[in-house]
Amino acid sequence: MASIHIDGLTKVYPGDVTAIDGLDLTIEDGSFFALLGPSGCGKTTLLRTIAGLEEATGGSIRIGDRDVTTLSPGERNVAMVFQDYALFPHMSVTDNIAYPLRIKKVGRAERAAKAAETGEGLGLSALMDRRPGELSGGQQQRVALARAMACQPDVFLLDEPLSNLDARLRLEARTFLKRLQRDLDVTTVFVTHDQSEALAMADHIAVMEAGRIRQLGTPSEIFRRPANTFVANFIGSTPMNMLPGELRGGKLRVGDREPVDAVDAGWAARDARDGAVTVAFRPEYARVDEAGSLAFEGEVETSENLGASVLVTARTHDDHRVQAVVPEGSEPEPGTAVRITPVPGRVLVYDEDGELLAS
Amino acid sequence: MSARMRASVKTPIRARSVVGRLAIVAFVAAAVAFWALPMLWLVTAPFDAHPGLDVSWPDWTLDNFRKLSENPYAFSSLKNSVYLAVGTMVGVTAMAALAAYSLSRVRIPGRNTILYGLLLLSSIVTGTAAMVPIFQLMFALNLIDDRSGVILVLTGGLLPAAIFILKDFMDATPKSYEESARVFGATPLQVLRHVVLPIVRPGLATIAVWALVNVWSDFLTSYILLRDPTKLPAGVVMYTFYSEGGQANLPLISAFSLVYALPVVALYLFVNRRYGFRFHGGIKS
Repeated sequence: MASIHIDGLTKVYPGDVTAIDGLDLTIEDGSFFALLGPSGCGKTTLLRTIAGLEEATGGSIRIGDRDVTTLSPGERNVAMVFQDYALFPHMSVTDNIAYPLRIKKVGRAERAAKAAETGEGLGLSALMDRRPGELSGGQQQRVALARAMACQPDVFLLDEPLSNLDARLRLEARTFLKRLQRDLDVTTVFVTHDQSEALAMADHIAVMEAGRIRQLGTPSEIFRRPANTFVANFIGSTPMNMLPGELRGGKLRVGDREPVDAVDAGWAARDARDGAVTVAFRPEYARVDEAGSLAFEGEVETSENLGASVLVTARTHDDHRVQAVVPEGSEPEPGTAVRITPVPGRVLVYDEDGELLAS
Repeated sequence: MSARMRASVKTPIRARSVVGRLAIVAFVAAAVAFWALPMLWLVTAPFDAHPGLDVSWPDWTLDNFRKLSENPYAFSSLKNSVYLAVGTMVGVTAMAALAAYSLSRVRIPGRNTILYGLLLLSSIVTGTAAMVPIFQLMFALNLIDDRSGVILVLTGGLLPAAIFILKDFMDATPKSYEESARVFGATPLQVLRHVVLPIVRPGLATIAVWALVNVWSDFLTSYILLRDPTKLPAGVVMYTFYSEGGQANLPLISAFSLVYALPVVALYLFVNRRYGFRFHGGIKS
């Protein structure tokens, strides 16, 4: 068990491709940490650099109080579970789980006992003599986890842990992983491109783009107050409503609507510069046909059933689309005129550079 | 009406397909006979009291094998063949495994060009064209009339193709297997021993058998590099089975051919049962 301190980490691939660009990050001991971002953002490279599979070009990595920047992967006392699980196909489940101990030159009998114990903890007892090819995806994942646990590492690294499972199993595995992490209480870092996975499992998330961290925070912080338009766009299962507006003297004007007091409503900082801004709010934090200072009138285009709720899309008279999530059964018919208002306190205003103008 | 029409349309097609099928059968029969007759000769001639160059019902005898056993070089040559074949096989398999693994995992500029170049040149090394320089090289190394010299030359000749075939097997092994082992602290040699080699075992078996059979049937290299008749392998010794008049000694040659062929057949059956050949030959499975 240990915390991870990353300081000015840079990774440049041959051909001058910068995968990680001067990244600073501290991952607290025992936390379940998600590296989230679109593909190519450097999240997997960061994980592999922590593991030692990639050499850092600059900066340092400390695990606990050890500087591991130049250590080989085997000396870092980390365990990694790969996206394809990387179980050795020619070894039984027992031999797979015991492999880290075989490298550490633990005796055969002790190895088998430890493997049996770890396997039992993950409900693998009946499968110990099988080969990986004879296991289902979920079972393979548990074998890979057991193998990682067997060497009692300071840190677990999971690369896209759920991407090889089918949709149904993914939800079960999510709950299972979260419980397992809490029980083991080992610092765990996982990589995902799926924002719902990160929000559901992690207790801290770093949202990455182009080798940099765009926001660091708890799932609820990141969901409620995305620090910039990139994170705002990336997080959430329905896309954020984003409308161009203008901030002048503390007043916010969207299109030809009446200016609204943005500072008093807490949407923008008092010292925010005047200029063009982006007004954003989540469809989940929008209401239909309720009074509000900021309101968008329009005509309903589509209603999409999301199960327990319905996503309503309306087109405003100045040709923007605004969406709201309403409870099932209360959705307006397409073609009807509606008025969509954001829930008070849920409006976010971003400046021209896409940074949040938080008050 | 419609039934008759259908029949009249169908008949010419059927007639044509019968003729076509007959032609195919005749061609296949001729091809089978062409390649099967020498095999048949190999089975009948050794047991014939007066073997000729034709396939005929033998005048059964085991006399040919008795004569063969009296030949001073016949069985020592088989021992030599085994020595050369096993030596080359071990060398080729071990070196090809190491080289193929490195070439599969390490990025070298022009890697494929090197590999194709080697492959192209390797057919020259054990071929006729390079025999003079190879003789001179072996002479300079003082390896003429030395069986290790033959093993070296044959290993060199077979290695490029072996590396080429084996690299395909190595490429097909996911990198994550090795990275996983590395994170657990395995050294590169441990990764090779514990993970890569067991996974590419069918490839190793293919290479081993292929090398063995190649050396077993080699003639030219041993013929040029060896002098002492007690060191000659079977392929070269068979060439000495001529009467003083220059006539081929068919009883001896036929019997020896059979003895010479049997180990290869046995080996093939054994390996196929044990490992199963999986030969991709440059094509990813």
